[in-house]
Amino acid sequence: MKTHTDFQHKHFAHCESGVMSLMVSHHGMPLSEAMVFGLSGALMFAYIPFIKLGGMPLIAYRSRPKSIIRGLQKNLGIRMQMHSFSSPEKGMKKLDSLLQQGHIVGAQSSVFWLPYFPPEMRFHFNAHNLIVFGKEGDDYLISDPVFENSQRCPAKDLRKARFVKGMMAPKGLLYYPCGIPDTVDFQRILPTVIRKNARAMLKTPVPIAGVRGIRALSRSIVRLSGKDPREARLFLGHIVRMQEEIGTGGGGFRFIYASFLQEAATILDNNAELEKASRQMTAAGDQWREFALLAVTAIRGRKKSPIPFPALEQKLLEVADAETRVYKNLLGICSR
Amino acid sequence: MEQNKVPQDRISTYADNKKAIYATDTSGKYTLVPSSGWEIEEEATLQAVQELERLAREAHSRVAKGEKSTLFFHMYNRRMDLQVLSESTGLFKWRIKRHFRPAVFRKLSRKILTRYCDALGISRELLCSLPPQSDELE
Repeated sequence: MKTHTDFQHKHFAHCESGVMSLMVSHHGMPLSEAMVFGLSGALMFAYIPFIKLGGMPLIAYRSRPKSIIRGLQKNLGIRMQMHSFSSPEKGMKKLDSLLQQGHIVGAQSSVFWLPYFPPEMRFHFNAHNLIVFGKEGDDYLISDPVFENSQRCPAKDLRKARFVKGMMAPKGLLYYPCGIPDTVDFQRILPTVIRKNARAMLKTPVPIAGVRGIRALSRSIVRLSGKDPREARLFLGHIVRMQEEIGTGGGGFRFIYASFLQEAATILDNNAELEKASRQMTAAGDQWREFALLAVTAIRGRKKSPIPFPALEQKLLEVADAETRVYKNLLGICSR
Repeated sequence: MEQNKVPQDRISTYADNKKAIYATDTSGKYTLVPSSGWEIEEEATLQAVQELERLAREAHSRVAKGEKSTLFFHMYNRRMDLQVLSESTGLFKWRIKRHFRPAVFRKLSRKILTRYCDALGISRELLCSLPPQSDELE
């Protein structure tokens, strides 16, 4: 089976945006990861106490899985071919035949069953994304955006990872572009997607998403003070993991979005206000990092020192205020 | 975050891998910077891993005492909980809980055992035995 000599692996911050950036660039439309992330309107915050992952509430800094693929289709007019499968045999056969036809193929998988992940990073999370770009013997050649170099994965492990059941089950999902537009009218699209994303963050109808979600999380932290300190420490650690460990490019995707705003500013005739909004977004990301530092220091304190709940709440409220300012600015800039 | 402030703490949880972090260079322009990790992230990850290991150890001793079936240990040893095991086998939680009882587990059919084996990615022999202690992920 042939491998793709013209395919070049690249290291990105996040799996889904990395896969899409590499894939549309490979098909002749150079688009950075930050642009992919921003153009699909993927920046979010959601704190959903009643959906549990591994016993912990769902905390997300981006929109739900697959929304980057869908967002790019909708906003840029890229057409994607998607396949999911009822049986692993069919799913593996289709992958082989697509590779044989010379495609590079996006695939959804679990993290836990991929043997090239370090043991400490192997959790049961089923919405990971990677590119399969070849097969040698019984090994698939994999471009996993969150790794520096390309990886190899035995067929039986990839099969297991693609066909785990459960929450966000991948069902062997495979995808690749089948129609890339010749030109994209960035002057028109950029203000629209930025405005939409800012509005989603500011004006959600539900009190657990957007900036209101950040405030809801701060209230939950205050409520932890009445609970078992061990539970409280696990909860704080969980927030930091969702913010920093889960391939966010730092500060819960705020830095990647700031990078997008910077690129957008350049495209929109060096828009100085957008450039300023990018710096504000960077500052918000920095504040998220300060929150992480504070939270982990509190965990480290062990049993002796009490957890400074009011300080943690205060920090999160500051983050919420900082983000509110950026989004209001962005609404102003992009509605003219 | 500025480029020169991107942590390079060579954290254990990355196992010599690097992650790409978005940071600004001296002129304020964003670039991707490979990072060997931030110790703050490492502590949060280790806390989660240690919690999973604690659950596996606790399960190990309960199985050793004969309170629970070996399934109970292997679930935690694969970093799962009742919810994940239920979703990945398609069995109701109440049924799985029943199978945690050693007497019930011993009488399970091959068919049900195979479902557990597939979900946990282990052989039937292993599923029905208790290893000396919780082993590392291979």
